[in-house]
Amino acid sequence: MMLKVDDIHVYYGQIHAIKGVSFEVHEGEVVSLIGANGAGKSTVLKTISGLLRPKSGTITFLGNDITHTEAYKLVNRGLAQVPEGRRIFLQMTVRENLDMGAYTQKDVSEADMEEVFRRFPRLKEREKQIAGTLSGGEQQMLAMGRAMMSHPKLLMLDEPSMGLAPILVEQIFDIIREFHASGTTILLVEQNAGKALAIADRAYVLEQGRITLSGTGADLAASDAVKKAYLGG
Amino acid sequence: MMDLIVNLVSGLSLGSIYALIALGYTMVYGIAKMLNFAHGDIIMVGAFTVITTVSMLGLPPALGIIASIVCCVVLGVCVERIAYKPLRKAQPLAVLITAIGVSYFLQSLALLIFGSTQHSFPKIITVPAIEIGGLTIQGNMLVTLAVTTIIMVAMSLFIAKSRTGKAMRAVSEDRDAAELMGISVNRTITITFAIGSALAAVAGVFYCTTYGFIGPYTGSMPGIKAFVAAVFGGIGSIPGAMLGGILLGVIENLAKRYISTELSDAIVFAVLIIVLMVKPTGLLGKRVNEKV
Repeated sequence: MMLKVDDIHVYYGQIHAIKGVSFEVHEGEVVSLIGANGAGKSTVLKTISGLLRPKSGTITFLGNDITHTEAYKLVNRGLAQVPEGRRIFLQMTVRENLDMGAYTQKDVSEADMEEVFRRFPRLKEREKQIAGTLSGGEQQMLAMGRAMMSHPKLLMLDEPSMGLAPILVEQIFDIIREFHASGTTILLVEQNAGKALAIADRAYVLEQGRITLSGTGADLAASDAVKKAYLGG
Repeated sequence: MMDLIVNLVSGLSLGSIYALIALGYTMVYGIAKMLNFAHGDIIMVGAFTVITTVSMLGLPPALGIIASIVCCVVLGVCVERIAYKPLRKAQPLAVLITAIGVSYFLQSLALLIFGSTQHSFPKIITVPAIEIGGLTIQGNMLVTLAVTTIIMVAMSLFIAKSRTGKAMRAVSEDRDAAELMGISVNRTITITFAIGSALAAVAGVFYCTTYGFIGPYTGSMPGIKAFVAAVFGGIGSIPGAMLGGILLGVIENLAKRYISTELSDAIVFAVLIIVLMVKPTGLLGKRVNEKV
């Protein structure tokens, strides 16, 4: 088992944001977590990556309890997150952003750098540019390239398609497929339910801090409840 | 003309001392997002360390300076761990008040140990004055300028190129994102305090060599000036702190010489106010949109 989230409850001050969420991700899977804005999807990811702490419940990653492990220690263990809104370092260059992605590696490997540039030729062209000057799509690519620099076993993506033009959304999902094909397990959080279910082996629906449905991507895409609520009919 | 050049050189020398202190202020502000108002008092602790080791124990000056740096680094790191770290998620005002509290604590501690009288600072920089084309420039100013220039160049390279320097910039820009890269934010903040305190110790040696006497409150004025320098240059900006510090020293010195000794500080602060009216983010500061 790659990741097991067991009955976590997360609070923002007095607000009970996550009310007992459990799910799991197996090695080699693409798992999608879909839900409306404010359902708690990002909160779940941040809790897994250690930026937030659950009040109760446990999170197990590769057999180790990581419920109370600090975020920065998880990168070395093979967990990477592309946060919502990309969160690249806008005042640093493209290359420095990738350097930061490789922070836990002993040396920044040129081969890894070339691999990112091969996947994202645009980034190569802009290698020395300040990341703040990149377009939204390029920033998303940089965020994904940066996450891959740490050789994650599990890559968590938080709304990678947010704010992007349809053609770029296609590209981003192609890249997620590529990452997956090269052996990375994926946990994807998306509002774009159609895309997220199409790519997923399994998926969960999160509503108001609770998981209300789960199943294979295809099953959920075919279910009336999901169609009505998330697929526009 | 000669007079102007001599005053410019001593202004540069004073300014480079402010710049060293301002570097610590601005780095801590940029990375830990707090104003460490106890930063000036670190200078005082460093200076008293030199007095204790060199004047009282008779150790060689070089050892005294090393002891002062070590002492300041340990103190800076301890202050951060004990006083500021527990407040990492607290309101900025709580942290600010804590910093002022730490400042008073250090001053009172020095008052208890060393009393309120001024102590004379040992002459530890014994480079003879030099004469170029009829102007005499004091040895300690040359040493100050040389050492601070080296430190500033080294710091700029460190921040720009080293792994830790880049991590510091990453933490400064986005703490959570840095943490997701595997960077320990706490460790980075500790390193920042250590570097800032070491710079303050070095600055303290030069500052006290220039003024000759120290007391428990000696650190507060250069501390405030350096804070002004950091704001002047654009707080959070490292080149800004250097530029701000140097300009401040030059303005202060020229004002002292040509306008009025009594009014020189007032003039310094007036210049700051004017600069901030024209450019609220300081000379080299960037407007950074607050993240929601």
